[in-house]
Amino acid sequence: MSIKLKIRDLNLYYGDFHALKNISIDIEENSVTAFIGPSGCGKSTCLKTINRMNDLIDNCKITGKILLDGLNVYDDNIDVNLLRKKAGMVFQKPNPFPMSIYDNIAYGPRVHGIKSRSILDEIVEKSLISSALWNEVKDRLKGSALGLSGGQQQRLCIARALAIEPDIILMDEPTSALDPISTLKIEDLVQELKKKYTVIIVTHNMQQAARIADKTAFFLSGEIIEYSKTSDMFSNPADKRTEEYITGRFG
Amino acid sequence: MKKNESKGIIMNKKRVSIYDIILQFGVYFSAALTVFVLSCLIIYVLYNGLPYISFDFLISKYSENDESQKGILPMLINTLYIVVITLLISLPIGIGSAIYMSQYARQGRFIKLVRMATEVLSGIPSIIFGLFGYTVFCGLFKLGTSIIAGCLTMTICILPLIIRTTEESLNSVPSSYKEGAIALGTTKLKVIFDIILPCALPGVITAIILAIGRIVGESAALLYTSGMSYTMPKGFFKHIFSSGRTLTLHLYQSAKQANTPDAFHIAFATASVLLILILLFNFLAKVFSNVFRRE
Repeated sequence: MSIKLKIRDLNLYYGDFHALKNISIDIEENSVTAFIGPSGCGKSTCLKTINRMNDLIDNCKITGKILLDGLNVYDDNIDVNLLRKKAGMVFQKPNPFPMSIYDNIAYGPRVHGIKSRSILDEIVEKSLISSALWNEVKDRLKGSALGLSGGQQQRLCIARALAIEPDIILMDEPTSALDPISTLKIEDLVQELKKKYTVIIVTHNMQQAARIADKTAFFLSGEIIEYSKTSDMFSNPADKRTEEYITGRFG
Repeated sequence: MKKNESKGIIMNKKRVSIYDIILQFGVYFSAALTVFVLSCLIIYVLYNGLPYISFDFLISKYSENDESQKGILPMLINTLYIVVITLLISLPIGIGSAIYMSQYARQGRFIKLVRMATEVLSGIPSIIFGLFGYTVFCGLFKLGTSIIAGCLTMTICILPLIIRTTEESLNSVPSSYKEGAIALGTTKLKVIFDIILPCALPGVITAIILAIGRIVGESAALLYTSGMSYTMPKGFFKHIFSSGRTLTLHLYQSAKQANTPDAFHIAFATASVLLILILLFNFLAKVFSNVFRRE
C-alpha cells in the first residue's frame, strides 16, 4: 500500500506547553488508522494539525513537516482552504449547521464554487447514500438538520465532509457522544469509507480501535509510544506502557 | 433507630419558620409595588392623554399660535427621520465593531479596554452627549442645530448598546458551527456571513429594536442638537439639515409652555403616543429575544 500522509518531526507548542513531541508517522492510503491514548495525550491535537485547524488557536507554534501526497501542508504556498477540502473533518460532537439537511451538505460544494442545481442534487444524494443516511432522510431534505437524532446528525456531518470529495477523512472521536447502536452504524460506515478514502480516527475507546482500525498509534504525553498493526498491538504490545494502557491499568 | 432515620426526611408542616413567611411577604410586596407604580404611571398618562388623541391629532400640523393646528405630524416625521438616519449610521459601525471584537480581535488587554469603554459610554448621562454634540457636530462641523446633528449625537448614544448586544449574540453562536464550516474550506469572512450572522440575527434584531426605543425616548441628547422647529419638511433630503423637534422635545416644550390646565393636554397626548410606541418596541424586543432563547 502506498503512503498517503507522512508526518516528520512534528512539534507543537501551545504557548510554553509542549503538546506534541517529535511525532513521525506514515499513514497508508485506503486504510483506517486509529489514534488512541488517555485524555490530553495529544491525539486530537495531532489530528487537527493535518488540516491545520490549529491555525485558529492563538499562540500555537508548529515545527516539522506534514506531507500530504508529498506536499508539506505548512508550506507558505499552500492554500489552506483547498487543503481543508482535501482533508475533510468530522468532529466529536455532531455539529450540523442550523439549516436544512440539503443545505448542510450543499454548503461545502457551494463554497468551492458549484452552483448548478442538478449537480448539487446529485452530490447531496451521493453523499447521503455514502454515509448511509439517504433512506432515512430522502423525504425530508428540506427539513431542519437539527431535527435529526444525534446519530443521524453525525452521519449528516460525515456526508457533509464527503460532499467536498476529500482524499482523507479526519475523525475526532466521532462516536463519543452517541449511543451504542449509532456508534455501530458509524463503525460500519468507516469500514465502507476506507475503500475510497483514507481514514484517521481518534478514539477514546480501545475496543473501537480494535474493531475498525488497520493500524493503531498509541499516544502518551505528546509522544507516539507505539505504532503498529492493530492486531499486533492488541495481542502483543511492544512497549510496557502500551500494554498497561490497553489492559486498562491507567487512562 | 431505623424508624427514626426514615422519619427524618418527612416534612413537619408546623415548623415553617417565621422568617420564611416574612421573606416571602417581602418579596411579593416588592414585586407588587413595582407593578403597581408602573401601572399607576401608565394609567395616569394614558387617562390624561388618550382622550385627546385622535386621527386628526396624529396627522395635522402644529402651530404655537393657531389653536386649530395642534397636531404632532411634524414631530412624528422628525422622530422617524432621526430613528432611520441614526440606524443607518450606527448599524454598520456597531455591527462591524461587534464582528471585529468577537471574531477577529485577539482576546487580550486591548479588547478588554474597548469593552470597558463601551460599558462606561453606555452609563454616561445623555445630556453630556448632547453637550458634546452641540459643540462638535453643531459647532465644529458647522451642521447647526439640525436633524443630522441630532442623528450623529444619537449614534454615539446608542453605539454601545448595539455593539454590546450584537457582540453577546455573536459570541453565543456555538464555536462548533464555525469549526465545522472552517473545516470545509470556507474563508473566515464567508463563515461570518453564512453561518454566524444568521445565527445571531435574532439578537441583532433585539439590539435594533432596543436602539429604536432608546432613540424615540431620548430627549436630553437632542435638546441642544436637533433643535425645536415644528415646521413641515420642505424637501425630503433638505429636511435632514434643518432643525426639527422630536416627540420627546415636543412633550418637553409643550409642558414648559403650558400656562392653562388645558394646554397640558397636548403634553399628555404626546406622552401617550410616546408611551405606546415604547411599550410596543419593548414588547417586540421581548418577542424576538424569546425566539432567540428558544433556538
